[in-house]
Parts: sequence; C-alpha cells; structure tokens
Amino acid sequence: MYRIEPDALNELIQSLQKERYTVIGPTLRGEAIVLDTITSASELPVGKTDEQSPAKYRLVDKAEKTFFGASVGPHSWKQFLFPPTLKIFSARKRGETFEVSEDIESPESSERYAFLGVRACDLSAIQIQDKVFGGGAYRDPAYLRLRHQAFIVAVNCTRAGGTCFCTSLRTGPRARVGFDLAITEVIDHGHYLLVEVGTDKGEAVLSSVTRRPAQDEEIEGAEHAIRAAAQLTGRSLEPDQTREILYSNTEHPRWDVVAQRCLSCANCTMVCPTCFCTNVEDVTDLTGSVADRVRKWDSCFTLDFSYIHGGSVRPSSRARYRHWITHKLASWVDQFGTTGCVGCGRCITWCPVGIDITEEFRVIRETYLLNARGKSST
Amino acid sequence: MASVLELSSDRTEVAASPMLPRPFVIKKVRRETEDTFTVELDPREGRSRFEFLPGQFNMLYVYGVGEVPISISGDPAGSTLVHTTRAVGAVTKAMAELRRGDVIGIRGPFGTSWPVAEARNKDVVFVAGGIGLPPLRPALCEILSHRESYGKVVLLYGTRTPSDILFKDELEQWRARFDLEVFITVDRASAGWRGNVGVVTTLIQKAGFDSRNTLAMIVGPEVMMRFTTIEFIKRGVNPDSIYLSMERNMKCGIGLCGHCQFGPVFICKDGPVFRYPQIKDLMVKWEI
Ligand SMILES: Cc1cc2nc3c(=O)[nH]c(=O)nc-3n(C[C@H](O)[C@H](O)[C@H](O)COP(=O)(O)OP(=O)(O)OC[C@H]3O[C@@H](n4cnc5c(N)ncnc54)[C@H](O)[C@@H]3O)c2cc1C
Ligand code: SF4
Ligand code: SF4
Ligand code: FES
Repeated sequence: MYRIEPDALNELIQSLQKERYTVIGPTLRGEAIVLDTITSASELPVGKTDEQSPAKYRLVDKAEKTFFGASVGPHSWKQFLFPPTLKIFSARKRGETFEVSEDIESPESSERYAFLGVRACDLSAIQIQDKVFGGGAYRDPAYLRLRHQAFIVAVNCTRAGGTCFCTSLRTGPRARVGFDLAITEVIDHGHYLLVEVGTDKGEAVLSSVTRRPAQDEEIEGAEHAIRAAAQLTGRSLEPDQTREILYSNTEHPRWDVVAQRCLSCANCTMVCPTCFCTNVEDVTDLTGSVADRVRKWDSCFTLDFSYIHGGSVRPSSRARYRHWITHKLASWVDQFGTTGCVGCGRCITWCPVGIDITEEFRVIRETYLLNARGKSST
Repeated sequence: MASVLELSSDRTEVAASPMLPRPFVIKKVRRETEDTFTVELDPREGRSRFEFLPGQFNMLYVYGVGEVPISISGDPAGSTLVHTTRAVGAVTKAMAELRRGDVIGIRGPFGTSWPVAEARNKDVVFVAGGIGLPPLRPALCEILSHRESYGKVVLLYGTRTPSDILFKDELEQWRARFDLEVFITVDRASAGWRGNVGVVTTLIQKAGFDSRNTLAMIVGPEVMMRFTTIEFIKRGVNPDSIYLSMERNMKCGIGLCGHCQFGPVFICKDGPVFRYPQIKDLMVKWEI
C-alpha cells in the first residue's frame, strides 16, 4: 500500500503512456461524465460529482477538488473491450468466388488500453464478460486480444451513487481482485490517494511515480470511507433464489404493469456493462466487389431480435422486459455461474421512464415469498 | 469473483476467429419444390470430407447478403456437404439464385445431434413437419445403413400440400423398403391426392411401434412438436426418449450473440436437438 499525492496522478498517467498505453478515464462532455482518452489528470472531472435517481442525472460542483468524486456515468468500459461496431471480416469478389480476410490489426482491436477509474461494480462486469467471451467452447478473439492487453486502475467508491446497489450483490464498493492498481481517494484528513498494487505489471508502472509507503492511519482512513459508502447505498437487490423466483413467476401480473411503462427503447441494455448481445450487418461497396460483415451491439428489446419467419418470438414489451430481467438475474446464473447484474444502477438512471430493476424484482420476490410461506403453513 | 481469463496465456491460441466463413463451391443444385432447393458443396481448398453429426447445422453465408443457420441434410457417409433450404426471405432467396460453381461461406458444424447410438435396439419414429424433414435425413440415413441394429423404423411426414413434399424420389425408394414404414399426410389435398389429409399427429395411431421401447425424433413448427410430444407420451413413450430440434433467430451459432436464447439455454450450442424434459417447462410458456 502506497500513498501518492494528488499531483503525482499525472506521473501515473505518464508512466502508463510510457508503457504505450492509451489512457482512458472519466472526463466531462457536456452535461455528463463519459469515458474517453485522457492525457493529464486535469481532464478528469475535477471537483465534480453527480446526482442520480431514476431517469435523472445531474452534475454538481463539490467543495473539494477530487478526481474521482462522481460515480459511474452513461458509458462503461465494455465499449472499449467490446466495441459497439466491429468489422468481422472483409470479403472480396474474385470472379465466381470470393476471398475472406479478417482484420486482425484493425485500430479497434490492437489498442493497448489503460483504464483509469474502474469502479468495483464495473470490474465485476469485466470479469463477467470474460466468462461470456472467453469461457466457452468458442471465444471472441477481438475481445480477448484487447482484454489481454488492458491495464486496469480500479478506484474504490467512498460515496454511494444515487441508483446503485453493489453492496447487496457483493460486487462493491471495494475492488477485490482483477486490477493492476487500485486507488482510494481520501479527502477527510487532507487530500491523498492510497494505492494498492494488484500485479507485477502494476508495481512496474508505479515504480516511476513519486510515492511512499502508506501509514496505518492513512489506510484506516481509506477503509473507513469505503465502509461508509457501503452503508449508504440506498438500494438493494437480494441475490439469493433469483432463479426460483423468476422462473416460477413468468405469468406474474407485474409484467403487465411494467410493460405499460416500458418504451422498449433499449437504453438499459446499451448502458449495461454486461449485456453482450450483437447483430451482424453486411455492407457492400457500390461496385459490389467488397462486402464487409460488421458486428453491432444489439438489444433484446427490439422486435427484430427474436424474429423468425412469420414473426417475432417476443412481440410484446411485457415479454421483452421479462426476458431482460430474467436473463440478468436468473438465466445468466445457469449460463455463466453468476448473475448478469453488478448493481451499477445505470439502467435505472438512464431509463427514460425510470423503471427500477430492484423495485421490479422486489415485487416479484415478495409474491414468491408469500406463496412459499402460504405453502409451508398449510 | 475470480477472472476466468488466463491473462498470461498464449495469444496465438485465440487468434483464429470462429466468425470467419470458409468458402465452399456449389457442385450441384437440385430443385425440390417450388420454393425449396438442395445444394451439394465441396470446400474450395483442401478436399477433406466434411465431418458432422446428424442433426447439426452450419451457418451459410451468401456474399454481401447475410448468413443463416441451415441444418445439414446429407448422408453422414456421403462425400459432399448437403443443405436443403426453403427460400423465405432475404438470405435464403439470394441463396436460391446461386448456381453450380458459385461459392457459399460455411461455418460449422455446430450444435447437438440426434441420439442415433441411444436409439439402438429400439423402435425409432421420425416425425417431420414441412422443412423439418431435411434436418432428420442424416439420422435416417445413418440408421438405415445400420438397419439391423434397430427395431421398427417409421417416418411420419406432414406437409402443406402434395406439391410441398420434399425428396420425392427418395421417399418412393424408402416406401418400397420392407424395413421402413413411411406415412405422409398433407394439410390440403389437391386433385389426384389419394393419401392422408390432416395434421401429422393423426399418423401416430397408424404407425405400429412398441411405445415402451421407442425413441422419437421430431422436427417441425413448435405447435406441431408440442402436440406430437403430448401424443407420444399419452401412448406411453418415455419422455426421456423424445427428442426435438428447436429453432430461434441466430446470428452467430456459437453462443456469443445472445439471439437464440430460450430461457437459460442457447439453442445454438445447448441445442438445436434437445431431449424433451430439458425444455418441457419452457415449451408450455408463451413468448419465452
Ligand atoms: C438450427 C436451425 C436449423 C435450420 N435448418 C433449416 C433448414 O435445414 N432448411 C431451411 O430451409 N431452414 C432452416 N432453418 C431456418 C432458416 O434459418 C431461416 O429460414 C432463415 O434464417 C431465413 O433467413 P432469410 O434471411 O431468408 O429470411 P428473412 O425473413 O429475411 O429473415 C431475416 C433474418 O431473420 C432471421 N431468421 C428468420 N427466420 C429464421 C428462422 N426460422 N430461424 C432462424 N433465424 C431466422 C435470420 O437471421 C434472417 O437473416 C433453420 C433454422 C435454425 C435455427
Ligand atoms: S442490469 Fe442495470 S444495475 Fe445491473 S449491471 Fe446492468 S445496468 Fe447495472
Ligand atoms: S439482457 Fe438482453 S441484451 Fe442483455 S445480454 Fe441478455 S438478452 Fe442480451
Ligand atoms: S446464435 Fe448466437 S448465441 Fe446462439
């Protein structure tokens, strides 16, 4: 554990650049904090924090000049490891036949990213996508290439966001595994950054940064701030028995209630750091001599998603919302051994009508518990 | 939560993309009906035989148009790769335009297969609705080429009209065999049709099989599969011996695109062939 001063954050960024990383971090764009390339600590959202609630997101100024004072915004790291559009191959016409070539060294897939400011929930989301793209019989080579090359600087949360619920899902607020370095920004007794080393790669990057071993009370100060954040998370989602609860309630009247509000806009799936669904598009040039196959993010909320000749398998938004939440909380467990929700709260904040996954699940769960109690008492 | 990635692992291991099709040349095109055609394919490079298991499918890429899942319909012992496709939309209609010498991109084979080994020493009943016959054909061929290992073998086949009947010549040959019973029915008869009219489930009573020692393989529209399964169970066939092949939208065939989810299963990698109890609870629900 080391202590570095706020000024030394720039040295860390430079050290990463020296290792040929493109540093990505939170930065201000208009009215939101997004993730983009940064070249100095001054591009971080200094002195900003956010207020989030269902369908609401607002930036506000803080008294302290913190770097990591805001929680997660509309972007997640998946847009770098799993780009929203990716060319799978180019096919070239050669007389009767065609040749297929893969763009292995395309700019999207050969980047070396250093992610600065990965929250514990998002770190869990990356580990979930590792299982999706790298854990099965067939793997996604573009994802794995980018993932192997990525450097992760986690940041522990010392303030609960307005819509998140990591504590209940045990995905945060502290980053536990899977980072190269983890920072806790402390402001209570002077402004300093506590840095934990996760890997040798992390140690090497840190070696050129001005630092000193942290003292016990500095470590305790950071621990205290993380514990406080854990206690302040407003929402919760009980992760036990999600499969039993959702599988046995496919005809619950609540699905009709939520369907009346849901616009099937797909925002929740786009902002979700674990959603992995894709579509493919074929694009030919004007002469027809080159045909590119492009992979794009897709969403189970679109009508086309489940189309088979004659119609969509899930024409109603009732069925699509049910599919989405059931996948996130239940079938994901069957498929990948973990839920597909890390409690980041993005889908709640960015839903235009403020549908809240924790609330929808709570209603279904209560019915389940009531029925279970009814059964055991008779 | 530990990461499953071996971050130090050899990068070359992940280099080849499973999304890259391999060019295959069309050796033969045969028109089966008004809207359905069969293609025979050979790899453009390297003349190796295409190994697959009955019931598996490939992703077929038509240059510049798109890619669709199509079951393999050829005899596993055959020398070429065979697909039988009904032209229904953008990709399949473009494929129907292709001729001998044209090239199709192939990825596969993918998915689970029919339980031809488990069916040994049992009566075997195949039930096909419409375009459901091609996915069953490899299993039927394999069983017929080891005919002595099986009990009775029955094919029940239903189509919309007599002119939609696929593999007509072969069906005639099969009908002439004493060791295979073939029953065909149509939804709507036309002039000159003297066979059965009605849904395929009505054929089950005609077929004589020992229900306590029967294995059934079913492919067709979901409602047809549901009613057929119910009928078999009513007649005492063990639900564990009933197999179905499912269909969902597919964009990758390898468990990565998410489209083919059916509750917790991915049809592309956990299916398309399922043992009935695996998906029983899902089949009775709407819009799953
Ligand atoms: C495992 C499996 C095996 C199949 N085997 C055969 C076969 O042997 N012969 C045959 O004729 N058909 C088969 N089908 C159906 C075939 O894939 C569709 O008819 C085909 O995808 C239609 O594509 P299109 O572009 O011509 O139609 P459009 O109506 O233009 O469809 C647009 C897109 O929707 C999707 N789609 C539409 N219908 C289906 C469908 N039924 N299943 C999956 N995706 C669909 C495809 O991505 C398609 O590109 C199979 C489907 C699956 C899932
Ligand atoms: S479902 Fe919602 S809260 Fe859960 S990980 Fe996705 S966006 Fe975050
Ligand atoms: S919730 Fe929908 S979009 Fe997200 S991974 Fe599941 S099926 Fe795909
Ligand atoms: S077809 Fe893509 S996951 Fe099954």
